[in-house]
Amino acid sequence: MTSLYEEVPAEVPANVPTRRVTVTVNGEKRTVDVEPRLLLAHMLRQALQLTGTHTGCDTTNCGACTVLFDGRPIKSCTMLAVQADGHDVETVEGLATASELHPIQEGFKQEHGLQCGYCTPGMMMASKALLERNPNPTEDEIRWALSGNLCRCTGYQNIVKSVMWAAEKMRAEEAE
Amino acid sequence: MALDELKIGGMGASRRRVEDNRFIRGKGRYVDDVVLPGMLHMEILRSPVAHARIKSIDTTAAWEVPGVRLVLTGETMAARNLAWMPTLSYDTQAVLATDKVRFQGQEVAAVIADDPYIAKDACSRIVVEYESLPAIVNPVQAQDPNAPLIRDDKENQATNKIFDWEIGDKEATDRAFAEADVVSTVDLHYPRSHPSPLEPCGSIADYDRATGKLTVYMTTQAPHIIRAAVSLVAELPEHMIRIISPDLGGGFGNKVPVYPGYVISILASILTERPVKWIEDKSGNLISTGFGRDVYLQGQLALRKDGKILGMRMHTVSDHGAFYADAQPTKFKIGLMHSTFAAYDVPAAHLTSEGFYTNKAPGGVAYRCSFRVTEAMFFQERMMHAAANDLGMDQADFRRVNLVKDDMFPYRTAFGFLTDSGQYGKCLDVALEAIGYDTFKEEQEEARKRGKLLGIGISTMTEPLGAGNSREYDILGIKMFDSAELRVHMTGKAILRTGAKTQGQGHETTWAQIVAHELGIPADDIVVEEGDTDTAPFGMGTYASRSTPVAGAAVAMVARKIRAKARKIAAHLLEVSEEDIEWELGRFYVRGNEERGVTIQDCALAAYSNVPDGLEPGLENVAYYDPPNLTWPFAAYVCKVEVDPQTGVWDVLKFVAVDDCGVRINPMIVEGQIMGGLTEAYAMASMQYITFDEEGNCIGSNYMDYLLPTAWETPGFELHEVVTPCPHHPIGAKGIGECATVGGPAAFVNAVMNAIEHTGVRNVDMPLMPNRVYEALQTGQNVSGMPPVKGD
Amino acid sequence: MYPSRFAYDAPTTVAEAVAILDRNGGEAKVLAGGQSLVPMLKLRFASPERLVDINNIKALDYHRLDPDGTLRIGALCRHEDLEFSEIIKDSHPTLAQAAALVADPIVRTRGTFVGSVCHADPQGDWAATMIALDGRIVAQGPNGRREIAMRDFVSGPFTNALAYNELAVEAVIPPAKGKAVGGYLKLERRVGDFATASVAVALDMNGDVVTRAGCALAGVGGKTIDANEAISVLVGKTLTAESIEAAAEAIADAADPRTDHRGSADYKRHIVKTFVTRILSGIARSEQKAA
Repeated sequence: MTSLYEEVPAEVPANVPTRRVTVTVNGEKRTVDVEPRLLLAHMLRQALQLTGTHTGCDTTNCGACTVLFDGRPIKSCTMLAVQADGHDVETVEGLATASELHPIQEGFKQEHGLQCGYCTPGMMMASKALLERNPNPTEDEIRWALSGNLCRCTGYQNIVKSVMWAAEKMRAEEAE
Repeated sequence: MALDELKIGGMGASRRRVEDNRFIRGKGRYVDDVVLPGMLHMEILRSPVAHARIKSIDTTAAWEVPGVRLVLTGETMAARNLAWMPTLSYDTQAVLATDKVRFQGQEVAAVIADDPYIAKDACSRIVVEYESLPAIVNPVQAQDPNAPLIRDDKENQATNKIFDWEIGDKEATDRAFAEADVVSTVDLHYPRSHPSPLEPCGSIADYDRATGKLTVYMTTQAPHIIRAAVSLVAELPEHMIRIISPDLGGGFGNKVPVYPGYVISILASILTERPVKWIEDKSGNLISTGFGRDVYLQGQLALRKDGKILGMRMHTVSDHGAFYADAQPTKFKIGLMHSTFAAYDVPAAHLTSEGFYTNKAPGGVAYRCSFRVTEAMFFQERMMHAAANDLGMDQADFRRVNLVKDDMFPYRTAFGFLTDSGQYGKCLDVALEAIGYDTFKEEQEEARKRGKLLGIGISTMTEPLGAGNSREYDILGIKMFDSAELRVHMTGKAILRTGAKTQGQGHETTWAQIVAHELGIPADDIVVEEGDTDTAPFGMGTYASRSTPVAGAAVAMVARKIRAKARKIAAHLLEVSEEDIEWELGRFYVRGNEERGVTIQDCALAAYSNVPDGLEPGLENVAYYDPPNLTWPFAAYVCKVEVDPQTGVWDVLKFVAVDDCGVRINPMIVEGQIMGGLTEAYAMASMQYITFDEEGNCIGSNYMDYLLPTAWETPGFELHEVVTPCPHHPIGAKGIGECATVGGPAAFVNAVMNAIEHTGVRNVDMPLMPNRVYEALQTGQNVSGMPPVKGD
Repeated sequence: MYPSRFAYDAPTTVAEAVAILDRNGGEAKVLAGGQSLVPMLKLRFASPERLVDINNIKALDYHRLDPDGTLRIGALCRHEDLEFSEIIKDSHPTLAQAAALVADPIVRTRGTFVGSVCHADPQGDWAATMIALDGRIVAQGPNGRREIAMRDFVSGPFTNALAYNELAVEAVIPPAKGKAVGGYLKLERRVGDFATASVAVALDMNGDVVTRAGCALAGVGGKTIDANEAISVLVGKTLTAESIEAAAEAIADAADPRTDHRGSADYKRHIVKTFVTRILSGIARSEQKAA
C-alpha cells in the first residue's frame, strides 16, 4: 500500500518492492503500483476510490467484496491485486450507465432487496453472474447461487424476489 | 380537491426507498469510505488471553517500523486520564489495559501509521508479557468463593457480583403458587449472541488544533449520546465536538456503546494533529464489542387445572463479561426483563435477577430488541410451552385462556407496565388458520407412523417498544425523548432532520411519508437528513425499535406545527379569519366555499414573500416528543418443522407471522423489517452463538465459527397483518423493527421441541444444532448449552 | 485483514515455477486458487517469504478424460469447473456430488481441486473423494515427475507429501472397473461451514456385484480418514440391507472423531454410519430401478 502515496514520506525505505499492474476496471484501463500483499479489494477501494466494493469479514465468508473477475464472481478480499494484472474486473460501479440502471439494480430497488446496503453490491454482482449463466433461475437456484453472500438485514426473501424481477426484465429485453 | 395520499407517497404507500438510489450504485458512504487529507490509520493489539496480569509492554520494535507515527499503551492513556472510561451502565471500562487484561480480545495497545498494513506490521512487534490468571467463563464459576476477583480495580468490589435486582409482589406470588393445581418449571440458557452487522465498527477522528474542533466520523446509532460521552471522557467542550454518523452497514444494537477504539482514535488525532482512521476487523468486532443475551433462567408458573395462570416467578442470572457495559435505561439493571408475560393476564408475578462479571467481552447491548426483551419473551414462550404440556392442554387453547382480551385495555401488567391496545386473540387465530393448525395433530401422527417427526411451535407476545417516556427512561441521566426539525423552503420543498439515525430501516423514505401525510407535500419533495450532530436536533438515536414510536411521532408533531403556522398564512392569503379555514390534504380552503383555497406550497411561498403583520417570516420549526407511554405491538408466530430422526437436522416447512404494529407507514418496509428479524430469530435458534472454552478463548471469533445463515438455509416466511392503531401515538404507529427477533426464536424452538418431546425431553438450549437435537432424541434428556464447549 | 510482506512471482510455465521453488529452499509457498491461503495470510496465520502464483500457467487449466476413462484434473481446474462439468457429470458421481458442496459458490469460482487436496485440511472435501477414488497426485520437481498415491499423499493435518521444490500439477483418477457409482454427503450447519462429518463413497459395479469399493471420511479425525479397507467388505457382494449395514459399521469404526462444539465423538460416528447407509441404499435403489 505504500505505493499509493502521492508523496513518499522520507522514513519509508524506497526498497519496498512494488509492481506495476494494469487492470481493466469497468471497461477502463487503470494502472497502479502495488505491493504484492495488497488485496484486490483494497486496491479497488483505496487506489481507485471504487468504494462500492465493501469488506465485511476477514475469512472469505461474507461476500460483501464480490466483484466479477473475467466475468466470474470472486471475493476480492481473497485475491491479491497483483493477480489482477492484465485481467478484467467489474464492480458495482460498472453496472449502471449514465442514464440507465441495470435490471438487477432496478430489481433490488423494486422488491426492497436491500436495507443497510452493505451486502448489496456483492449480492448484485453474484446475481449478475448467475443470470448470465442461467437467465431463468428458480427460487432454489437463486438461493444456492447467493449462498456465498451474507445479508443481515433482509432475510434474503426479497433478494430472491429482486433477482427474479431482474431475470424477468432481462428476458423480456432479450426477446425484443 | 384533496390530494390522493398514496400518489404523493404518504402514509400507507409502499414507496420505493430513496436511499436505494445510492446504495444500488455503490455510492453509499460508510465510515471506511471517508478519506480525509493526511489521514493516518490505526490498528489495535488485543489480548490473546482471557485473564492475566500485564507484567510489561515493550513497544520499541513497533516504533522502529518505517511509517509508524504513534504507539499508544495503557500507560500513555493513563497519563491523560483516558485509560478508563464510563460505560452506559455506570460502570467503568478499560480503554487500553493498564493492570490486567480481563477478556480475550481486550485492547492492549494501538499503532497509528501511514497505512493499515504498516500499523498491523508494527502491532505484531509489540511484546507483551502476561502472567496468566484463572479465567471465569460463566456465572457459576464467578460465584465460587475461591474465584479470582475480576474487578480488583474497583473499590468496594469484593466479589464478582454486579447487582441484585427485583421487582413484583413476592408475597402475592407465593400465595398464588400455594394455591396452584400444577406448578410448571423451566430451566434454560439464552446463549451469548452477537449482533454482527456486516460492517464492523470504526471511526475517523479529526482534531483541528487551529479551531479546537474535533470532528469524528463514527459508526454510531446514537450520535448525540456519543457527543455527550466524548465530551465527558475527553474533557472537550460539547460545542467543539461534531459526530457524523454516515451510512451504517447495519447496527442491531452493536453500534450504540462507546468503544475503546473510538476513544483511542480521538486521542491519536489530538496527538498527531492528523485525521486518524480506525476500522475494526471482523474478529475484533466479534470478540470485543457489545454482545447480546447470555442469561440463565429459572422460571415457574402457578397454574389452575383449567389453564388459568395464577402466578409467575422468574429468576435470571446474567453474564455481563468483564465490564458492566449494558446499554439500557438507568432504572433497570436487567433491561426490560420485567416486560415478560405482558401479553398474558397474570395476577401475581415476581422477578429476581443477579448479574455477574466474567472474563468475557463486555456488552449486554439491546441486540435487535428493547433492552433484554428478547430474553424476556423467549423465557415467557418457553415457559408457556412447557406449562401447556404439563397441563396436558393444547398450546393454542392454553394461550387463548391467558392472553389479555380486547376489552381489558388499558391493561396494567403485574410488573406495572400499561399495555393499551391490541387484538391478541385475532392475531393468533389468523396465524393458526394460515398454518393449518386444525389438521396438524392428525398430520403429525400420520407422519410419525412413517418415521417422520413433525412439530409445530407457537409464540405470541407483546413487547414494549419506543422508550421513554422520560419520567421512567433515561440513559446516563439523559431523558429518552426525540426530536425533529422541519424547514419548508419557499417553493414548498422541504428538509427534515431528526435525532434518530437510520441503519437500513429507511428513515429517509418513511419520515418523508409522515410529512406528506401531515402536510400534503409530496414525499419526493422532502429530503431527510440524520446523523450529523452539528445539524440534527438532539435525539437519543435509533435502537430498541424507538425511531417510529418517538422520532416518528416528533416528525408528525413538527409537521403539525408547520401546518398551524401555514393556516395563519392561508387566512391572510384568503382574507378570511383563521377560524373560517378548513384543511384537506395539501390545501386550506374557505369553509363553505371549497373552490377558494391555497395550497401548502402557496403558503410556503408567502412565508418568505407575503407574511401577515405580526407573524414571523419563514416556515420552519422543531418538535421535541416525549411519548406518554411505550408502544405495544403484538405478534403471533407459528412454525412447522420436520426433524430428521437420524441426524437431528431440522427443516422449517412453513412459518407464519402475524404482526400488529398499528398503522403501517410503508407496508413494504414494515414487511422487510419482519423478514429480517425472523431471519435473525432463525439464526439464533439454529446456529448463531458465541461460546468460550475453559480458558476463556472465544469460539465464534470469525464467520467460520460464528455462523450466520445464508440464503440457502433461511426459510421463507408468510406474513399477515392485523392493525390496531396505537391510541397515544400521533399517527397510530407502534414499533416493529425488532418484534420478529424477539418473538421469533421461541416459535422455532417450540416447534422442534414439539417434534421430539414424545421422548420425554423438555428443553434443548439454543442453538438447536443437529447434534443437540439428536442427543435429546436418543436420551430423552434435556440438553444444556451451558458447560464450556471445546473449540477447534 | 492485512497480510505481512512477501515477495511474489507469477511464472508462466511449470518448469519456471519449480525452479523458483527450488531456489527458495522451502521459504516459498504456492498460490493457486488462494481460497484457503489468502485468508491465512490475512489473519497472519501464514507469513511465507515468497508466493509462487501459478495462475498464469495456463497449461494447467483443464480437466479431461483419457480414452481409457482416466480422469485428469489440472492444477488450475476450479471447483466450479467440476460443479458444472459435463465431462464428469455421469462418469464420476462422487466428484459431481462433492463439487457442489465445496465451500460456497463464490469460493468455488476461484479455489482449485488440486490446491484443496494439497491443503490437506482434515475437513476438506476433495481429499476424501480422491482417497475413495484411489486417485494419485502428479508432482513435478527439478528432477522430473512422480506420482503419489492419494492414500500416501496426506501425511497429517495440513501436511502433504510434496517436497519443497515440487509442484502438484495434476490429479489423476483411474478408470472404473465396470460402472462407476457413488456419492458424497456432508453434514454442515450452513453453506461454507466446515464439515461436522462427511462421507465419500465410490464403487465400481459389474452388474449388481461390487468389484471395487472406496470410501473416505472428512471431519472425523486428525486427517482425512482412509476407509477403503473398511468398505472392502462389499467387494464381491451385492448391495443388500445386510451388506450395507456391515459396511456402514466397519466404516464408522474407522472414523476417529473427537468431541467438540460440532458434536460428540459418538454423534459424529453415528452420522458417518447414517451417511454411508444413505449413500449405499440410494445406489442400491437406483441400480434396482435401472435393472
